[in-house]
Amino acid sequence: MERMITLAAALLCCAPGALAQDANGRNLAAGCAICHGTEGRPFANSPVVPLAGLPREYIATQMRAFRDGKRPATVMHQLAKGYNDAQIDAMAAWYAAQKR
Amino acid sequence: MKRRDFLRIAGALSLAGCATPAPSKARVVVIGGGFGGATAAKYIRMWDPSLDVVLVERDSTFISCPISNLVLAGYASFNDLVHGYDGLRRHGVQVVHDEAVSIDAAKKTVRLARGGDIAYERLVVSPGIDFLFGEIQGYEPAMNEGRVLHAWKAGAQTQALRRQLEAMRDGGVYLLSMTLAPYRCPPGPYERASVIAGYLKQHKPRSKVILLDENPDVVSKGPLFKRAWADLYKGMLEYRPSNKVVAVDGRAGTVHLEFGETLKADVLNVIPPGRASDIALKSGLVTTNNRWCDVDWRTMESKAVRGVHVLGDATLSAALMPKSGSMANNHAKIAAAAIVEALRGRAPQPVKILNTCYSFVSQKEAIRVSSVHEWDGKTLSPVKGSGGVSAARSEAEATYAWNWARNIWSDSLA
Repeated sequence: MERMITLAAALLCCAPGALAQDANGRNLAAGCAICHGTEGRPFANSPVVPLAGLPREYIATQMRAFRDGKRPATVMHQLAKGYNDAQIDAMAAWYAAQKR
Repeated sequence: MKRRDFLRIAGALSLAGCATPAPSKARVVVIGGGFGGATAAKYIRMWDPSLDVVLVERDSTFISCPISNLVLAGYASFNDLVHGYDGLRRHGVQVVHDEAVSIDAAKKTVRLARGGDIAYERLVVSPGIDFLFGEIQGYEPAMNEGRVLHAWKAGAQTQALRRQLEAMRDGGVYLLSMTLAPYRCPPGPYERASVIAGYLKQHKPRSKVILLDENPDVVSKGPLFKRAWADLYKGMLEYRPSNKVVAVDGRAGTVHLEFGETLKADVLNVIPPGRASDIALKSGLVTTNNRWCDVDWRTMESKAVRGVHVLGDATLSAALMPKSGSMANNHAKIAAAAIVEALRGRAPQPVKILNTCYSFVSQKEAIRVSSVHEWDGKTLSPVKGSGGVSAARSEAEATYAWNWARNIWSDSLA
C-alpha cells in the first residue's frame, strides 16, 4: 500500500516535472549567447538585438514569426525551427526577466 | 609565492570539505581555458556562486582560432585574437597558470606541473587537441625548422605563417592540406584557402593556392565554397579532393602524396591529423580510435572516468556535430548545468545546444552553417527541420560573423 502511494506520487510528480524540465528557460537560452551575448546582453552597438529585458510577448512572437517564415532573416529562421512553442515561451519569459 | 599561498589555501579548503561535507562549498576544477573550459568556469560560477571554481590553464592569454584565418590574410590583426583571463577572475574564478600533468580520479585530485595537487568534487577537462605528427613522415623536423607549419592552433605559428605569406614572391605557390574528418573546425581549411587566395589575388596575383584534401569532397558548406572559388578565385585556387600527404621534405619544399606524386610549393601549410590532447590520453579519457573521448551528452560526463566531464574538440562528436568553438561553448553549458544540479544532489535538466559557424570567403563576404541539437534518448542529434546554410555568400553574413566572434569571446571569457 505504501509502495502504491509512493508510486502514485511519483507518477503525479513526473508528468508536470517533465514539462517543467522541457521548458527550462535558462538552459535553453544559454545557447543563444554565442551571438546575443551572455544573458542576452551583446557588446555595445552589436548588430543583433539585446534580448535581456525585452517584453516576453515580443520575443515569443518574433521567434514564432522566424520559425513560420513570416519574418525574413539570415539565420534566425533556421534556428527558430529547433524550438517548440513551450520552449520558445520559456526562453522568452527568462529573457524578459533579465536586467538590461 | 602567490600561487603557493593559493595552493595552501586550496589544500585547507579541501581538508575542511572532507571534515564537513558541505556541498555548497564544493570545488570544481577546470583543465583548459579555451572556448569550452573558460565558458564552463564562468557559467558554473554564474549559476551557483557558492561553488569554488579553479581554472588551470598553461598559457597566460587565450588566442582564438576563429578569425585567425583572417589574420593570415591580413584582414584582421593578431591582437584581435588575444584575450586575457581577467574577465573570468571577475566572475570569481580562480585562474591558475600552470599545466595539469595528471588526474587521479580515485582521489579526485589534479597534479600540476610546478608541483601541488588540487582536490576537486567535479572535474571538467576541456583539453583541445594535439597532433599526430608521426603520421606524416618528416613533419616534425621540418616544423621545428619552420619549413612547414600547421597554424591549426592559433599562436606563434599563425604569426609565422603570415610572415611566410608576406615574404612569398608573386607567382609563388601556397600549399594547404587537410586530413580526413573528423578534425578541428570542418570549414576551416576551405575558409583559409579562400581568404589567402583573396590576399594573393590582391597583392601577388600571379600566385597560386593548392588545397589538398584527404576527404573525397568539401566537408562543410561545399556548394557555397565552390561557388565562391569559381566566382572569385578561378585559375588561382586549385582544389584537389582525395589527396593525402604522406611525407614532407622541408628543405626541398615538397610534399609527397599517397600515390607517389611530389608537389613543390613556396609555403607549406600541412595540417596533421589531431586527437584529444595528451592530458586526456594519459588520464584514460580517450575511448575511441585512440583519438577521441566519448561522453554522456546529457552531462558531458566521460564514459570512461566518473566525475570527469569532457568538452570541446576532444569529444567523440555526436552525429553532425562539428568540432567548433560554438559547440565547445555550448558543451560547457551542458556540463555547467549538470554539475550545478549534481552538486545539489539533483538530476540534470536538458540543455538544447546550437551551432553557428561562419566562414569568410573573401575580405568582406562570409557564409554560414547552423544547427540545433537535442537529446533524443541516446545522444544529441539535430532537431528535424532546423538548421541550414546561408542562401548565398554576403556582406551581411560577414557582419554577423564578426558579431559572433565578439560575442562568443565575451560569453566565454568576460
